[in-house]
Amino acid sequence: MKFRKSLIALSLTAAVLTGCNQGNVQSSAAADVSSQAVLTTYADIAHATFEDSLTTAKALRVAVKQLLAAPTDANLQAAKDAWTAARVPYQQTEAYRFGNAMVDDWEGRVNAWPLDEGLIDYVASDYGTESDENPFYSANVIANKTLTLGGKTIDATVIDKKLLAETLHEVDDVEANVATGYHAIEFLLWGQDLNGTNPGAGQRPVSDFDTANCTNGSCERRAQYLMAATDLLIDDLQEMVNNWTANGAARQDLFGKGEQGGLATMLTGMGSLAYGELAGERTKLGLMLHDPEEEHDCFSDNTHFSHYYDAKGIKNVYLGKYTRVDGSVVEGASLADLLAAKAPAVDRDMRNKLEVTEAAAQAMVDAAAKGQTFDVLIGENNAQGNQMVQNFVDALASETKAVENAIAVLKLDDIELEGSDSLDNPTAVLAE
Amino acid sequence: MTHHVTAFLLISSLLISASAMATASTPNTTDFSQPEPGEQYPGGSTSHTKRHDKKAFSHPSANMRFEQTLDFKIGNGIFRKIWVSSPSSTTASDGLGPLYNARSCMRCHVRDGRGHPPEGNYPDDNAVSMFLRLSIPAQNDSQREALASSRVAVIPEPTYGGQLQDFAIQGLPIEGRMHIRYTEQQINLSGGETAQLRTPTYSITDLGFGPLHPDTQLSPRIAPPMIGLGLLEAIPEAAIRANADANDQNNDGISGRANTVWDRVSQQTALGRFGWKAGMPTLDQQNSGAFNGDIGISNALFSAPGGDCTDHQLLCLNAPNGNTPAQDNLEASRVMSQLLLFYSRNLAVPARPDFNKPDVLAGKAVFYRSGCQACHTPSFRTAADAPGAEQRNQLIWPYSDLLLHDMGEGLADNRPEYQANGREWRTPPLWGIGLTKIVNGHSNFLHDGRARSLLEAVLWHGGEAAAAQQAVITMPKQDRANLIRFLESL
Repeated sequence: MKFRKSLIALSLTAAVLTGCNQGNVQSSAAADVSSQAVLTTYADIAHATFEDSLTTAKALRVAVKQLLAAPTDANLQAAKDAWTAARVPYQQTEAYRFGNAMVDDWEGRVNAWPLDEGLIDYVASDYGTESDENPFYSANVIANKTLTLGGKTIDATVIDKKLLAETLHEVDDVEANVATGYHAIEFLLWGQDLNGTNPGAGQRPVSDFDTANCTNGSCERRAQYLMAATDLLIDDLQEMVNNWTANGAARQDLFGKGEQGGLATMLTGMGSLAYGELAGERTKLGLMLHDPEEEHDCFSDNTHFSHYYDAKGIKNVYLGKYTRVDGSVVEGASLADLLAAKAPAVDRDMRNKLEVTEAAAQAMVDAAAKGQTFDVLIGENNAQGNQMVQNFVDALASETKAVENAIAVLKLDDIELEGSDSLDNPTAVLAE
Repeated sequence: MTHHVTAFLLISSLLISASAMATASTPNTTDFSQPEPGEQYPGGSTSHTKRHDKKAFSHPSANMRFEQTLDFKIGNGIFRKIWVSSPSSTTASDGLGPLYNARSCMRCHVRDGRGHPPEGNYPDDNAVSMFLRLSIPAQNDSQREALASSRVAVIPEPTYGGQLQDFAIQGLPIEGRMHIRYTEQQINLSGGETAQLRTPTYSITDLGFGPLHPDTQLSPRIAPPMIGLGLLEAIPEAAIRANADANDQNNDGISGRANTVWDRVSQQTALGRFGWKAGMPTLDQQNSGAFNGDIGISNALFSAPGGDCTDHQLLCLNAPNGNTPAQDNLEASRVMSQLLLFYSRNLAVPARPDFNKPDVLAGKAVFYRSGCQACHTPSFRTAADAPGAEQRNQLIWPYSDLLLHDMGEGLADNRPEYQANGREWRTPPLWGIGLTKIVNGHSNFLHDGRARSLLEAVLWHGGEAAAAQQAVITMPKQDRANLIRFLESL
């Protein structure tokens, strides 16, 4: 997956020259942009975005506590709204996942997906309960105080952070055994989405949390699970906020790679999220299979926003600008400034592609507002919806080409777009 | 670490000078004082240099064009996809079983790695990532002819088919459960060292469809690691056949034989390359066979929607299937099979950071001195016209000749497959073997995972490998330690 100077890159270099000849150079200040300052902005935005993720997760905890204290429809809705709001900053952090090993290693604890929800709680009967080779597929921790596997008994009498994080998460080496993070909480708040590719999200009754008038059993343990998973999410987010403070480990890793290595990390994150992860695994796969099981936020039907803010996070990294949840703005020297100084045509192309992607994501957001959520759009007989999703995939692919061009212009050709491991050795980036 | 582009350039220049002899495996080294050019990158320029962590077998070919990474990711999505029984609202994901061994590819090939035997018999553990193949000896002339002409691999057990499925969709009985009993024996090694070998005995309990044929042959198989498969496919057929020595004409005690198998696409016999007995000619056919036999998914090459269910399993045959027009009237469309093929072709072999350590090089010398390389052929050059662009023209280090060898009575499954007899196994590639513990958390090796360490695996070698095995038993213990270090470095 190494970048080599492709024909496209060469043709764009030609375009760049044309651009320069036309004297179309951006502001003279841009010429002085230091890579060091660009990296600082990048790290500052990381810190702010993870901090906002933490803040909104704390708001979610308040709402969850309120729900458990007084299980009313209004309080359930308030908790769902808080979860949805918490996704806004978190999804914008995902551009930091690829390229920063520390974020990638941590990510599975907070955003693992897809998950076998039968591990956590009751599921519809046609979900299957017997003869399964993942013995935890329908283990239902909430209903069962002990689980047995391989002759080993798991004591789940107390549902706490330790049980979820250290025992249940990825139990039996099955990655789909997701016990923690946003999607576990999402399932507990919404329940299974049994509407297939028809409109509608999960419809968990609030009485599932009502210990006085409990539906579907084990309401007390369900409440324990929801609380523990929320607390754990906050712990995990706090850890990542700390990693991006002035002396934080992730920030040190970034600067330890040197200027070129750091810039490579930024573009790695942008390109890898845009292409393989977002366009491929989270979008094209579900579209190709017309399968709502492949929908990213499948219980809440929040996938349109999840994708929109993923794309926005990529844009933030490029423009060096992040609008916080309180409306304030973190900004500084950016990749865009660097590119504008060195190759204005490449910069314009990149900005254009980012706008096109945002518009394609906005179209899905608008469709969702009219009831055409992502799982409806990918339905087998929804040609128009399918095309709308395909447009998003195409826009991301095209955006990634622009990333490739940026890499060529900045002479970072030998970086890899996914994972950061080869970047552990800065000479692997610098040598050419 | 030297910058790998430099090494790749070196490899390419070697390739140019040696392109004329592209039909042979590369000559074996005699110099162990320093590493050989290229051996740091067992998959040539497909090798990845990412960290040796539990994802080490899940990365794409390093030389893959960026445009292709989307397909790789989607292929990965299909590989991990959990299939559901029909009918369901998700027509592209249903068609499971009715009888099956696992609900996804990933469930057996955990993190694209190696399977393992269950930790205990049912109900203590389940046997995902390992199963039993079933067959019976030919019963009549027409079956004998079909086997002799390589048109069929085996005569399936009449009721249960070609393998035992230990899971079933709701409403059907499972076929049965594999039961393993181990007996331990001690091997005394030089220098006062000892090793414990466990000998498995296999049987089936809880039969769901009546008695087995009295002559049923069982062959246990664990899921093999997925790395480097596209490179094995890219080795020129002539290079594999050049190492065959069916009648041991060179009197080295080693008689590598090529398996001859049926190719479902060309409708002809072909060289067998994949599987524990080299029973599959192409990666596509290997994938498709597993898709159908292990998960019960119909596809272009294996179109039975009921997977391995037989005429004697009416419940199975009559269960609803997941064939739909949108999926080419199959359960997995052609596009899906193609993406799966692309994914499986491009799982990269990790680079070897310890390739130049003195103890590793010393162990490599022991490996050669003991004659291991006679079957574990160190390196090949791949074909210029290999099916995948990434795999073309690479100097690769699989440590396998892909040929069949008599491994002795101890390892015999006594179940022939095409031309492989009951004592023969295909030399398995050794690349990545040292990462098994990191990727899969165990160190179980051989076709049924009976060996619990690399040393045990070596000590199980009998038959044609008996001389090498004896050498390992009697060699100075430092040599043995270095040999293991070398294997761990692969």
